[in-house]
Amino acid sequence: MSARKIGVYVCQCGGNIGDYVDVDRVVEAASKEPGVAVAKTAMFTCSDSTQQEIVADAREQGLDGLVVASCSPKLHTYTFRDVARRADINPFQYTQVNVREQCSWTHTDDHEGATEKALRLVRAGINRTRLTEPLESIVVETTPQSLVVGGGIAGLRAALGLAQIGLSVFLVEKEDRLGGWVSEFKEMYPHGRNGGELVTQLESAVRAHPDITVFTSAELIAKSGSFGNYQATIAIQGERLETIQVQVGSIVVATGFDTYQPADGEFGYGQDGVITIAEFKKLVEASSGPLEYNGRPVKTVAYVYCVGSRQPQYEEGANTYCSRYCCNAATHASLQVNALPGRVHQYHFYRDMRTYGSFELLYAESLEKGSAYVKYPDEEPPTIEKDPQSGRLTVTARDLLSEGEELALDADLVVLVTGMVPRENQGLTKALKLPVGQSGFFNEIHPKLRPVETVVDGVYIAGCCQAPRNSSESVQSGLAAVSQSAAILKRGFAELDPLVATVDLDVCEWCGACQDTCPYDAISQDQHAGKEVAVIAKTACKGCGGCVPVCPVGAIDLQGYTDAQIRSMIDGMLGVGV
Amino acid sequence: MTATATGESQAIAPRILVFSTNNISDPGIDLAGSSHMHYSPNVMVISLPCTSGIKPSWILYAVQQGFDGVFIAADGEECAYLPDCAERTAGVMTDAQELLSEAGYEPQRVRMAAVCSVCAEPFTNYMHEYSRSLADLGPSRKATA
Repeated sequence: MSARKIGVYVCQCGGNIGDYVDVDRVVEAASKEPGVAVAKTAMFTCSDSTQQEIVADAREQGLDGLVVASCSPKLHTYTFRDVARRADINPFQYTQVNVREQCSWTHTDDHEGATEKALRLVRAGINRTRLTEPLESIVVETTPQSLVVGGGIAGLRAALGLAQIGLSVFLVEKEDRLGGWVSEFKEMYPHGRNGGELVTQLESAVRAHPDITVFTSAELIAKSGSFGNYQATIAIQGERLETIQVQVGSIVVATGFDTYQPADGEFGYGQDGVITIAEFKKLVEASSGPLEYNGRPVKTVAYVYCVGSRQPQYEEGANTYCSRYCCNAATHASLQVNALPGRVHQYHFYRDMRTYGSFELLYAESLEKGSAYVKYPDEEPPTIEKDPQSGRLTVTARDLLSEGEELALDADLVVLVTGMVPRENQGLTKALKLPVGQSGFFNEIHPKLRPVETVVDGVYIAGCCQAPRNSSESVQSGLAAVSQSAAILKRGFAELDPLVATVDLDVCEWCGACQDTCPYDAISQDQHAGKEVAVIAKTACKGCGGCVPVCPVGAIDLQGYTDAQIRSMIDGMLGVGV
Repeated sequence: MTATATGESQAIAPRILVFSTNNISDPGIDLAGSSHMHYSPNVMVISLPCTSGIKPSWILYAVQQGFDGVFIAADGEECAYLPDCAERTAGVMTDAQELLSEAGYEPQRVRMAAVCSVCAEPFTNYMHEYSRSLADLGPSRKATA
């Protein structure tokens, strides 16, 4: 077992690690571990010069495993897998040990403890590496065609982007027309462009493109095949319902949002004079003269923010998230009101103003133009009452900006600044096996590092089906999904991490438990040496390991996290020799 | 199996093995470090794709080898792989508790809680609390000593 030749590099990260961890002691201890051929420290292991040194050491010593003890694996796993590749070490025989975020930085108060822990973690990493086997990335050929689900602004722009980089595109829209929400918008912030016109332009470009096929009144109802070569079934509602199948390498889901619909009586909703921000926008945009509602002049408008957003956790089915766009939308609407003839008094009852980035300018302008802002306490939302005699609406709230004083305001119109909610999409969610997050929107793998990818390889999410956002942010994510599609489809093949589940066929006694537990249909029954066994399709397996503890005979291992490796890491952490 | 010199020094603080997940709870634990929050250096982390993939026998093994407790930093509702991840992980924990009990260890030697990708402070608090309650329970070794 100790015939292995492992190189161990302990990074000082300037002083980030070296100031708290006695790096020399760690190197000294690592050098004595069985199978370690080289153990060194470096000021910055990720620097070009150290990378070259690792490559040179590997060539000279014939290294077959690599351990770098440095920062979090989130930062440099791919960097050092690449170094390994250049050093003729199999990239999957590389282990990154986290001695910064999970050691030096968290134990800045205890140098001895940090050093001792670093020793243990490095030993665990060496043990794990000793048990690695060379693995090859799973290479799959890909179909240079893409399917976009949703013909709103994000889906339209994504479809055009995909076609422009030379992929064939199928665009599927559930409604009988393209354009989505934005097609109904008029003036949009911050550029003042007309939403309807923008979408019309985009739609004509999409319709004119020879490589884009548009299906309206159509839905994606099923997906089969595996990564790189999905077969998508589309149901099209025409004179009669017909289904067609298309072969695609990637799928971009841009199915958008729904607006929050207040319940009857919620903040007075349902009474004459209480409307949502969406209804209010339409009213304002249809006005050319002084603002009127149901034939009555509107002199005072009260906006109530955070309706349907940031609801308290204890409420059943609460929308606990911030809807992000609404503060901007309401301040912008108030500026549109300012632009109409006649004077309108505008009061904004808010919890926290979140006119982020340059939208602060909208907020500043609304203040300049006379909007008044009233900050109500989180746990005490405003109440809206209507006098049965006069029909007058009164908004009552405590204002935290004036020492919590109670304020009762008579208003002609109350605008509920409602947020976005996830769209009812069960059929699609099921067909694509898309993960849905706590808030009901689709989940990305990582909000910062892999923001449009889902765990279903080749299926990307864009726009408001992922989270509330504005149209420009939606388009950005649509284009991010385009570049992700390009990354897997333009080379004609894609590589997948081989860190998938494997079955020891000699041990397996086929009981079907693993097949039942896999939501990705990756496991099937087959024959091996005269018995029934489970086999796992490499390209369908997501590498979650959920089947591993389910196997009653321990026949399943997850590559990179095998039973032997986890036990060896535990041993290493406890200083148990091998 | 022989213990090395470093392994034999009797720890004052309980040894805790944390199972975290690559995409959700591990970034939360990283954030605790980036924010220079402190917890015991006897806390050590093994990161996996998903906590539903933890074998109960690993938990028993960890305790038998000298960890005083195992903490599962689960994804809760946020798991990108399995919608029923929390349920599955709870099942893993129940099975592990049975294994522990059968082997003469207290079932409190395994715990789980959801740790999100920005849950730096909650994680740190969990480690403090769990360290305290394991210290009250005493070292795991006593059962086999």
